[in-house]
Amino acid sequence: MTATLETPVETTGTEAPQRKRTLWPFKTAPIRVFAPVAVFVLVIAAWAASSHLLVPEASRFLLPPPEAVIAEGLLDPMARNEILTALWNTVQVALCGLAIAIVLGVLFAVVMSQTRWAEFSLYPYAVVLQTIPILAVVPLFGFWFGYEFGSRVIVCVMVSLFPVITNTLFGLKSVAPAEHDLFTLHGATRFQRLWKLQLPAALPAMISGFKISGGQAIIGSIVADFFFRQGVPGIGRMIDVYRQRLATEELLTALLLSSLVGLCLFWAFDLLAGRVDRMHGKR
Amino acid sequence: MSIDPALAFRGTSLTFANGTRALDGIDLEVRPGEFVSLVGPSGCGKSTMLRLAAGFETATAGAVDVNTGHLGYVFQEATLLPWRTVARNVELPAELAGVPKAERREAARDAIERVGLAGFEKHRPSQLSGGMRMRASIARALTMKPELFLFDEPFGALDEITRQHLNSEVGNLFVRDGFAGVFVTHSVPESVFMSTRVVVLTGRPGQIAADIPVPFDFPRDPELRYTPAFANLAAEVSAALRGAKQEAAA
Repeated sequence: MTATLETPVETTGTEAPQRKRTLWPFKTAPIRVFAPVAVFVLVIAAWAASSHLLVPEASRFLLPPPEAVIAEGLLDPMARNEILTALWNTVQVALCGLAIAIVLGVLFAVVMSQTRWAEFSLYPYAVVLQTIPILAVVPLFGFWFGYEFGSRVIVCVMVSLFPVITNTLFGLKSVAPAEHDLFTLHGATRFQRLWKLQLPAALPAMISGFKISGGQAIIGSIVADFFFRQGVPGIGRMIDVYRQRLATEELLTALLLSSLVGLCLFWAFDLLAGRVDRMHGKR
Repeated sequence: MSIDPALAFRGTSLTFANGTRALDGIDLEVRPGEFVSLVGPSGCGKSTMLRLAAGFETATAGAVDVNTGHLGYVFQEATLLPWRTVARNVELPAELAGVPKAERREAARDAIERVGLAGFEKHRPSQLSGGMRMRASIARALTMKPELFLFDEPFGALDEITRQHLNSEVGNLFVRDGFAGVFVTHSVPESVFMSTRVVVLTGRPGQIAADIPVPFDFPRDPELRYTPAFANLAAEVSAALRGAKQEAAA
């Protein structure tokens, strides 16, 4: 082939754009919807079968079948209102704690990424945060900070901070050496390097951290509520109450709805992750 | 040769902290209007010379003089930020330097047009082919209005046809702007086609083994590659390269 000078891009057959946008985004939908639904149906069926076939009539209240749980936990207006109100209190605490954990965690990670001594001096304590037995700390927080909203939020922050810190720090440090060279070449300030290079590059890893933290925050909120036994009751307290009353239907409803909230939070972050990945040209 | 060199290595040596001797007593001057290719065995310190010139590394002995503030650098990979469009990638240097938005947009548009990427301003790097990504990378360097233009083995990952196209286009930029060019490559034909001089380095630590002038006029026709004169020169560079390799092994 004879290449002329000033060759326009269009004539070079080897340089066609590689990626095509698919207009129909649900190409993989059948398996992504069917597979989980199939598992759901199987689990419910196994549950119903165990309850009806394995547990004797007299002790069936220990493992009530799904239809009983729906009837007494969800369809009964009294129980439903009780559970949803408590759940809403729990969710508010969890979301507030998660938001604070995200802000604090990213802040800590940024500081740790900027100076080695900050990383070396802070990181061990970030790990301690993760390994500390939260069950032992919850009563202490009750003594120190009371049993209301703020104290519960502190518990949530404590259990959800670590994934934010580690993932953000990992992301900030994952920048390719050549990209750092590029910013060095053009005399970027420390802030420019952080804001225009490290943080955008870290975004996917950060969101993975938020996904883990979301679930942790909800568990933290429930645990705090469960052990405080004072203050505005959340779903943790209701679970305790139902346990004492042997109200297994309500107990299971509370449990399932709590997991559902965690799942929704996870999905929300997953959606965000998808957007960021597209922005980074990964999907 | 009365013009001041844009880049000068003066007895330059570099020994890394781990004791590896990368370069040993390099003396080399590159003047505006010169295009110097650096070839040599892997790990001989070719890229390290560019990294010294760009200020990414500091010489442990001797000096590296860069006599211009207009430095263009093209990396081995296109090194485009994946979350930025082509236009936003190309205007990054000006953005970091605090150039007002309208002005840097304009400069970026010009540079994109010069590398033949007009119409792809809004594309993200992931939507471009390897060759187009490299064009964008060259456009980004062009916004610096380079008087010293450093290329760190930029076309190694491209297919042969794309590579030859880009060779010609960098040649065109050189003819038009008359910058001082330094081009690191593994390919002997590429080094001969691109340059006014081919410098052959020995293996680690890098020393200059040969400095071979390339007399062909610019602009160079791609067919030049298939002329006997070109083949002879390529053979000469190859021989020097083999000698350098044996010296390194000995």
